[in-house]
Amino acid sequence: MQLSEKYQLIRKLARDFAEKELTPEILDEVEDTGIFPVDIQKKMAEAGFYGIKVPVEYGGQGSDHLAYAITVEEIAKVSAVGSLYVNSPNSLGGMTILIAGTEKQKQKYLRPMVEGDLVIPFGLTEPGGGSDAGDMKTTAVPDGDYYILNGRKTFITMAPFADYSVIYANTGPRESGKTGITTFIVDMKLPGVSVGKEEEKLGLVGCATSDIILEDVRVHKDDIIGEIGEGFKDAMRSLDVGRLGVAAQSVGVAQACLDEAVKYSKERKQFGKYLWEHQGIGFMIADMATKVKAARELVYDAAVVKDTGGNSTLASAMAKYYASEICNEVAAKSLQIHGGYGFVRGFKIERLYRDCRVFTIYEGTSQVQQIVISNQLFGK
Amino acid sequence: MSIIVIEEKCKGCGLCVQGCPFDAITISDRLPVIGAACTECGACLENCKFEALQKIEDGAVRENDISKYHDVWVFAEQRGNKLMPVVIELIGEGRRLADEIGCGLGVIVCGENVDQLAYEAGCYGPDKIYVADAPELKTYTTDAYTKVIYEAVMKYKPEILLLGATHIGRDLGPSIAVKCGTGLTADCTKLDINPEDKKLMQTRPAFGGNLMATIVCENHRPQMATVRPGIMEKAQYNREHSCEEIRLDVKFEENELRERVIKVVKSMREKVSLTDADVIVSGGLGLGGPEGFELVNKLAARLGGVVGASRAAVDAGWIPNSHQVGQTGTTVKPNIYIACGISGAIQHLAGMQESKCIIAINKNENAPIFEVADYGIVGDLYKVIPAILNVLDGLE
Amino acid sequence: MKIIVCVKQVPDTTEIKVDPVKGTLMRDGVPSILNPDDANALEAALKIKDEYPNTEVDVVSMGPQQASYVLRECLAMGADRAFLLSSMAFGGADTCSTSTTLAYGVNKIGEYDFIFAGRQAIDGDTAQVGPQLAQRLGLPIATYVQSIREIRENSVIVERQLEDGYEVLEVNRPCLLTAVKEMNEPRYMTIIGIEQAYKQEITVWDENDLDLDQNDCGLKASPTKVFRSFTPPPKGKGEMLSGTVTEMAHSLVAKLTEKHIL
Repeated sequence: MQLSEKYQLIRKLARDFAEKELTPEILDEVEDTGIFPVDIQKKMAEAGFYGIKVPVEYGGQGSDHLAYAITVEEIAKVSAVGSLYVNSPNSLGGMTILIAGTEKQKQKYLRPMVEGDLVIPFGLTEPGGGSDAGDMKTTAVPDGDYYILNGRKTFITMAPFADYSVIYANTGPRESGKTGITTFIVDMKLPGVSVGKEEEKLGLVGCATSDIILEDVRVHKDDIIGEIGEGFKDAMRSLDVGRLGVAAQSVGVAQACLDEAVKYSKERKQFGKYLWEHQGIGFMIADMATKVKAARELVYDAAVVKDTGGNSTLASAMAKYYASEICNEVAAKSLQIHGGYGFVRGFKIERLYRDCRVFTIYEGTSQVQQIVISNQLFGK
Repeated sequence: MSIIVIEEKCKGCGLCVQGCPFDAITISDRLPVIGAACTECGACLENCKFEALQKIEDGAVRENDISKYHDVWVFAEQRGNKLMPVVIELIGEGRRLADEIGCGLGVIVCGENVDQLAYEAGCYGPDKIYVADAPELKTYTTDAYTKVIYEAVMKYKPEILLLGATHIGRDLGPSIAVKCGTGLTADCTKLDINPEDKKLMQTRPAFGGNLMATIVCENHRPQMATVRPGIMEKAQYNREHSCEEIRLDVKFEENELRERVIKVVKSMREKVSLTDADVIVSGGLGLGGPEGFELVNKLAARLGGVVGASRAAVDAGWIPNSHQVGQTGTTVKPNIYIACGISGAIQHLAGMQESKCIIAINKNENAPIFEVADYGIVGDLYKVIPAILNVLDGLE
Repeated sequence: MKIIVCVKQVPDTTEIKVDPVKGTLMRDGVPSILNPDDANALEAALKIKDEYPNTEVDVVSMGPQQASYVLRECLAMGADRAFLLSSMAFGGADTCSTSTTLAYGVNKIGEYDFIFAGRQAIDGDTAQVGPQLAQRLGLPIATYVQSIREIRENSVIVERQLEDGYEVLEVNRPCLLTAVKEMNEPRYMTIIGIEQAYKQEITVWDENDLDLDQNDCGLKASPTKVFRSFTPPPKGKGEMLSGTVTEMAHSLVAKLTEKHIL
């Protein structure tokens, strides 16, 4: 896709930012400490990365999904975990409030969130149900002006340092399944709210993930987002955007893996020839480059579909499915080209390989994307 | 078209100066001088009560003008009443150029109480020395120096004016050039006289050292160039040499000088004189981290040299940028240049490839640095440098 | 306050390569960027604007139509208005001629308290246009400014970088200052800034708009001309030492001693 000058400038901004702020030294430190520097988060917010497509009236940047995809891609190319920080406010948590929140809720939560002052994760997944989100065990029982929430959310990105969390809970009778889900925004300081132990993850080190535990938490009915019983629909709409974000992350990381492979095969000699001069390697890289290009086109296309009001569910699912799968493939091949060096800490590919593993899993596994795509195709 | 002054009619009243919308006219020796900012708008013609200004066709006059210019001049930059080293290089080069043209060599000194300085500059062999001595010239300011040198140029008409490409030379050069209505070539690394027309051929790097361009200034005088320090051969000092001294008239009007130096501060940062060093040991990304400079430092100290760095090592924050060698850093020409873990990006090569002997130590046998190296060692610098130190110390 | 910042679009010289066969510059695919020192100049102006909210920051550039790209970048960083001086007639200008065109542009933009420019552009590295422009506008100047200490009613106190330190300089206002990279850290654009920059008009002026005679701009008004250009010849290949680390160290020291280099 030929990008207009405006999007090229947005890419330049994200690229300059990533290259200048997310230096190898900083990233090594993040890897060692598990902590992503707060000042870089603040700078991301100042550059507008947290509210790319949030309207200006809520403190956002008033741009669009294509700008969002490009920004996430460029940050992910340098640091996958860095792109997670950009992704989160733009997609899941923020999206739910943007789609379904009242004017008052948008002013209260969205504005400080895009300015980097509030962290609001997305509490959908439960220990018993990731892909099958409709089978929700967390309950919300009305009690006067309040609802009493009980349950446990799991793998919640940023939960350990969240200020609020979007929480999906079952308000209807269990059997009614999907229709009984309602969205709440829960203050993490409320009595009865706690977070679980930080997960030790394979990759994306530097963005804490944990459970959120709700024990008789009283949430005022003013903190319901959207209509009672409409939560599942809003969650799925938020996930459409979230998937676009993960797809963009995948393209960024895949490009980084490809770049590393190209660089290494121009430096390394075996049997008296550079690696790339061996046809086996040359073809491998040709294949990788083609797939990265195809994935990028799918992602940008999904973004444009979203910006122009087309069927974004199908486009986002396809982009997420394909981009995350080829990202893992390209990462594996790039590591293979690096040989033993790819397997040890210190070479960039080692981190990339670990970071991208979750892309085919979170925000809907590849198999869920296939379900979404086929359902769309068969009009289900 | 251009504006000329009819000297017989002019009274030097200065009405034309006040009336010029472009600030293109100045008064020198009671006569207006039309600067290059002139757009030939004719406002001065209307303002002049004595019909002393006239608009005429270009061409003949300019040709004629050029023939009035003679001699090569060198601006003798001083700081704290000490000559900058580049001045001696410029006098050396100026002498060579003057001999080729068959003209004289002049040196222009500005400052306060500069007799000793003028004597010293004279010992490097110019034919004439022009001295501007005034309190206002003690420390460089653009307004004061531009005025003095501009007036001298207008009066004595040198055909070539050379300045060092120092921070001051690069401020003064363009200011004088505009006032004189002539061109200026920055940061020259090579000067020649065209044997056919005796004009100055000025060669300089551009595009980050990827391209060299030879520049000429055909129809304007003086031909002006700033010259990169550390490149030209120094002139020989001869205390017996005597030259003609010409005192310049220096007068400043009230409020004429609009810049005032409050104080001069010598930098607190570590002093590295890369330009003057005979031995430079430089480190690059191949050091793997800031601690690598300890080893580089050791070797430099053992050889009595100083530490340099590639842009990449500076950008990585391993060492202050005052150590940077290259197109954007300092250009160096030491006797020995040892590049440790420097791949040899073009902008680095541009700043060091004139070194007399280049030694490259790099893990990657295909690093471009080996293309310019006199001696190349492929290997781990953390083994190679200690080995060299051992050999130097006679331990192995 | 009113500040005009002069900027230039330049090829990223760190990305330029030379065609090894033809010996010509390969500029294809080399990105065009905002000249780095000019970004520092703009940042200095924007910092003043942060402090004095009534400040207007205008950017001006002489260049081809595509240079509007870097002007948008300046707008996205926070500049208020952008002006592009663009015409075939401006082509081939040396620094002397460029400064004339810029002077006309600046005068047409109007009143100002400061003019900022970068110390030098990375394509030519001349550092001449700043001082030349100051002379043409009749302004006092400070080049190599590494810090603005204080803005007074009729003057400004700056630190001017020297090779071995700096000097503190008081310069009458209005004046022209050229910025070095040590002066500040240019801010990032913002996404919203980019969005707005593309909704804004860039004023484009040619020689007629500037009331500038064709003979007074571009190549025609350039006293200096390029006589020829060439790529620097590479030095002949040296000697690669071989053997163990100790052997190589020995042979190096021996060779240097033999040639009286050590």
